Order: sequence, then C-alpha cells, then structure tokens
Amino acid sequence: MEKLNVFASRLLPTEDFVCSGHRACQGCAEVLAMRMVHKELGRNTIAASATGCMEIITSPYPETAWRIPWIHVAFENPASVASGIEAGYKALMRKGRYPRRKINFVGYGGDGATADIGLQFVSGAMERGHDMIYVCYDNEAYMNTGIQRSSATPFGASTTTSPAGKVSIGQQTWKKNVPEIMAAHNIPYVATVSPSYPFDLNRKVRKAADVEGPAYLHVYSACPTGWRMRPELAVQIGRLAVETGVFPLYEVENGKYTITQPISEFRTLRDYLKLQGRFRHLTDDVIDDIEARLRAEYRLLEAKVRMTHEEEV
Amino acid sequence: MAERKGMEVSIAIAEAASACDVDCIAAYPITPQTHVVEHLSEIVADGDLDAEFIPVESEHAAMSCCCGCAAAGARTFTATASQGLALMHEILFIAANLRLPMVMVVANRSLSGPISIWNDHSDVMTERDVGWIQVFAENGQEAVDLVIMGHRMSEDKRILLPLMVNFDGFILSHMVEPIEMPTREEVKRFLPDYEPQQRLDIDNPITMGPVGMPVVYTEAKMAAEWAVRDAYKPMVEIMGEFEKEFGRKYKPVETYRTDDSEILFVVMGGISETAMTWVDKVRDAGVKVGLVRFRMWRPLPVEDFKKAIAGVKVLGVLDRHFSPGGPGGPMAQEIKYMLYGQDHAPKIVETVVGLGGRDVNFIDFDQIFDRCKAVLGGAPVPPFELIQVRGGHYGKA
Repeated sequence: MEKLNVFASRLLPTEDFVCSGHRACQGCAEVLAMRMVHKELGRNTIAASATGCMEIITSPYPETAWRIPWIHVAFENPASVASGIEAGYKALMRKGRYPRRKINFVGYGGDGATADIGLQFVSGAMERGHDMIYVCYDNEAYMNTGIQRSSATPFGASTTTSPAGKVSIGQQTWKKNVPEIMAAHNIPYVATVSPSYPFDLNRKVRKAADVEGPAYLHVYSACPTGWRMRPELAVQIGRLAVETGVFPLYEVENGKYTITQPISEFRTLRDYLKLQGRFRHLTDDVIDDIEARLRAEYRLLEAKVRMTHEEEV
Repeated sequence: MAERKGMEVSIAIAEAASACDVDCIAAYPITPQTHVVEHLSEIVADGDLDAEFIPVESEHAAMSCCCGCAAAGARTFTATASQGLALMHEILFIAANLRLPMVMVVANRSLSGPISIWNDHSDVMTERDVGWIQVFAENGQEAVDLVIMGHRMSEDKRILLPLMVNFDGFILSHMVEPIEMPTREEVKRFLPDYEPQQRLDIDNPITMGPVGMPVVYTEAKMAAEWAVRDAYKPMVEIMGEFEKEFGRKYKPVETYRTDDSEILFVVMGGISETAMTWVDKVRDAGVKVGLVRFRMWRPLPVEDFKKAIAGVKVLGVLDRHFSPGGPGGPMAQEIKYMLYGQDHAPKIVETVVGLGGRDVNFIDFDQIFDRCKAVLGGAPVPPFELIQVRGGHYGKA
C-alpha cells in the first residue's frame, strides 16, 4: 500500500490555492495541511481565517498567498464569518441575484481559536446547520504569540505558560477533545486528519465538502518551532502520532464512527515523545500514565465504532 | 403617499428593514432591541421577506456574521443595544475598515455597572471611534426613514461604510407612534438592489483583511478618516433625494426656534421632543430660548453646527453619558472641540441628564436653564454637572 501511494500521488490535483512564498517556519506541517486541504477543495472555495499563524504568514499586505477569495476579520470568529458568507450567498442565489453554483464555505482557525476563544462561535455555526466546513489546525498551543498553552495542549507538554519547573511537569490538564464536542452537535460529518496521511486527508476533505450541512475537520498540525523538534521530522512525527495512539484518525458520519487508520499494535509512546523538546522533562512514571490514558481513550473510540455500527452486525 | 398608522416604533423599524428588501439579518436578543428582530423573524417566517434570518449565539457573532454577509455582497441588517454593542466593539472597527456596508439599529440603553435595561447613551458614546457612520433618531418616523436612507448611504460607492441608527431604548423603541410606512415598491425606487463594489467572489478572488504592517497601518487609518469625513456630502445629497421621494426633509443638524435666541439647548435623540415642548412653554412666557439637535454624529457636522449656533451667547448641553474622572459628557467635549479658539464662541454649560432611564422633565430643563441664565448674566461657567443626582453633584442640591 505504501508503494502504491507513491504512484497514486500523481492523481492528486496539481493546482495550489495556498501558494509558496508565504512566511511559515521551516517544517511547518500546519501550512502543509492547509495547502492539502485547499488543493482538494479547489477553486470554488471561499475561506474565512482566524487571526493566527496561518493568517499572518499568508497575508502581509501587499502580498497574499491566496488564490481563492479569503477574509480575515478577527481571532475568535471565523466560524461566524464563514456562516455569514454562506448565508449571504444562499440568499443571493435564492433571490436570483447570483448564479446558482456549488461553493465551499470554509472557516478555519488554530486550536486556540477553536478550542478556547472561539469554541462558542464554532459551536454556534455548527448548531445552526450552515452548509460549511470548519477546519481546526491543531498545533497544540498558541504558537503565533509564542507557544503559550491552550486547552488543546497535551498533558505534560512544556509551553511558555505551562513551563516544566521544579514543582510542575508542564501542562497539568488533559487535551480538550474538540472533535468529540463537535460530534455531540450531531452534525453530518466530523473527522480527524493529518497531513502525514495525505490520501486519508483528501478523502475526508472531499466528504466534508460533499456533505450537505456543517462538517468539522480536526487537523493534526506539527509545529517544529513550538514542539522543539527538528523541522525535517514534521511528517514523520505525524505518522508516529497515529502509530502511538496519540492522534487516532477517524471519522463520524451521521453519528457512525469509523477508525480510518486502525492500529493493531501500538508503538511505544516514547518513540513519539523523545523527538520533541516539549516532553523531554517527562519521567517514566508520567509517560506510563499518559500511555495508559491513550490506550483507554482508544478503547473508548473502538467501543463507539462497535456501538454505532451495531445494527449492521 | 402612504397613510399614517399607529405602530410600535420597534415594529416600524422591522417593517422598514423589510421594505428595504434586506438579504441577511444576523441578530441576538437584548432588551430593548428585541421587538425589532422578533418582528423581522416573523416577517421572514411568513414569507413576506426573502432573507436569511441568522439567530446567532452572541452579539459578537452577530457582527462577525454580518461582516461575512456583507462581504458576500448581501444587503445586511442587524440590531442591538447596550452590552450587546459593547460585546461587538472589537468587530465594529473591522467592519468599518473592511468597508462593509450594513445597517445596525441601536436601541440605546445604559451599560452595566450596575446593570440597567433603561435608556441613556452610554452604549453608543463609548463607540465613537469605531469608524461607522452614526445618526440619531428623534422619533419613530425618523428611525424608519433613517433605516431606509441608511442602506442607501451605507451602500453608496462614495461612502461604503457600516451605518448605525440610534434610537432611544423604551422611550422610543416601545412607544406607539403615527408612522408613514413606505411600501417596498416606493423604497425600491429610492434604494435599488445592492451591487457591491467588491465581494468575496470565486471568479475574482481577493484577499480581505490582510496584515497591516507598520509601513501601511498609518495610511490605512488615514483612509478610514477620509472615508468617514467624505461621507458627509453624499449623505446630505441622499437626504435631499429622500425628501424628493418621500417629502420629509432631513438635515445633519436640526434647529428649533433658534431665531433671536441667546441661549440654546443642545441635545440628541428622543429627549428633543420633550425639549421642544419645553421651549414652546418658555417662549410663550417671553423668554428667548431654542434648541439644537445632532442628527448626524459621525461624520461630525462641524459647519452645520457652527451655523446653527451662530450669534448665541450660552449653550446648555444635555449629555446622556460621561467619562468618570474625565472631561465630562461626550457631546460637550466635541462641541468644545468645534468652538475652541473661535471669536465670540458661546459659553458652555455642561450637564448630564437621563442616565439609566431617569426621566428628564421640565423641572430638569428649568434647572439647566437657570444655570445658563446665570452664565449669561456674567456668572462663572460651572464645571460639568450631573443635574439629577440626589444630594447634588458637588454635595449640594
């Protein structure tokens, strides 16, 4: 399968809508993921951005990396802005003042803009049922302002506001599970994706675009600068995240859970942690605790898969 | 011409927005704005207006959503008040600087601390710097007309700015008044379909809201200054066209019985109706006093105001908000800005009245008038004063 993918990549669209020349750090897997997402969404897409890395690196006036219509209003509200754009075009098309055509309306933000300051806005837009996609590019901290902790920062990670110290192991709370919160909105499509699995990502982006109503994508976005790791490891770390159970790839289609990259035998969590400076202070007993929790979460996910497919068995 | 019908002002405003054939309404409920959006949602639910009614989860989201609607090229309307306007604060600047046309009515209400649902101007006066066009209605008819003119002004290619129509919460929003409601056909002659100058268009992609580095930020702010200042002329022109179409005359600054007056009161909003009645009473007793009212507040109609008060000796300014520990009420501050250093500038008696829904009646006008008369007679100009405070602002009643 790995070998076939090399050839299959030629089938991907060649056109880019997030273009080179932007100012992202070396090895930024967030902009890599964003490029892949928009490659799949194509030209008929309008994007609303949160304030954050992906906003500043792509739009320092008078330059822009965007070949599609793009708007940035503020930090917490891209979901509301995108919902407004969707409503605006819906009204104009219905009233015959704009030709009827399929447009992908996308709002996106980082984990801070999604899990913290913007959670209400994302929830509101999803609940109202707009035909839009919300994408969270999760690099597990406020990277744009200098690596401060968010509610999506993993347990034990050292950040500039959850530093590891003599009496602290760093982040002392468990990562907020935003995909589950979105699934609880009973929207038609929720998925976790990673740029380290490009074909899985493309397939899920396509589903999110094709579904009627709101869709939510949660994107694993490795940040070498913030995670204190070598930039050339950004893709590899994404694969390790899946293989160690840190970031399971799954989707929830109309309430039905499917694990799209099932893991039969997990790699040890240490393989994942040891490459990142943010975890270097963790002791063996803490790592064992984290690993035990990850296994329990994965079992719960598997149980949801079984439960939601029960009638088919 | 349409007949006059008794109608609650909030209902009339909703009917006016419907007559404007708005495409999108994004709003969140807050007293005393609720009747406006409730009625609009009814109009949409009955199929009498083809629009997207977006019941957002907060005012911040309402304004954010409105930015999206306007950026898509839709005619956009919203309404709020008080805490809701304060919650929108962040996005108000951005809507203006993105040059997104929309109309928002604000049912003016006091800001919390302590919480109060009643009327004053603290909500809008703390939003003076946001770069919106701001106008104030005196009565229901004016609120209706300003909503209709508002869309035309906001969408005018020479203006392209969001516009705020202020009308007093409860004392105007919940009053039943005789209203001449134009039909959608009549409005359409005055306000054609909105054709955006630019929009988020997949056939012609643009980047909106990019990062303003220090090399361009100052220029962007200069552009915002021009945009609001230059809106004055087309606004006056549109008021003229409105008069031609509907027969009601509007000016940036309104005057009442100012001829031969030595003392003028300066007000904004619905208080003006009471003030005119009081002026009539005092004038009947042979005292020469008149009234000046700001209808246009942003852009600040400096020349109209100066003309309105030319030759007057004393101005009694009735503010509905003030800055604690600061220079008093906002209207008085801005009047001083307009008149400072001018020959024969009138003396200014600064007062603050009607905070958090306290009634302003003839006794209050009489008190302010006494202070103005004393200054006219040569007494020193007193510092700014909360007229209605129990025990007196400076410890004496």
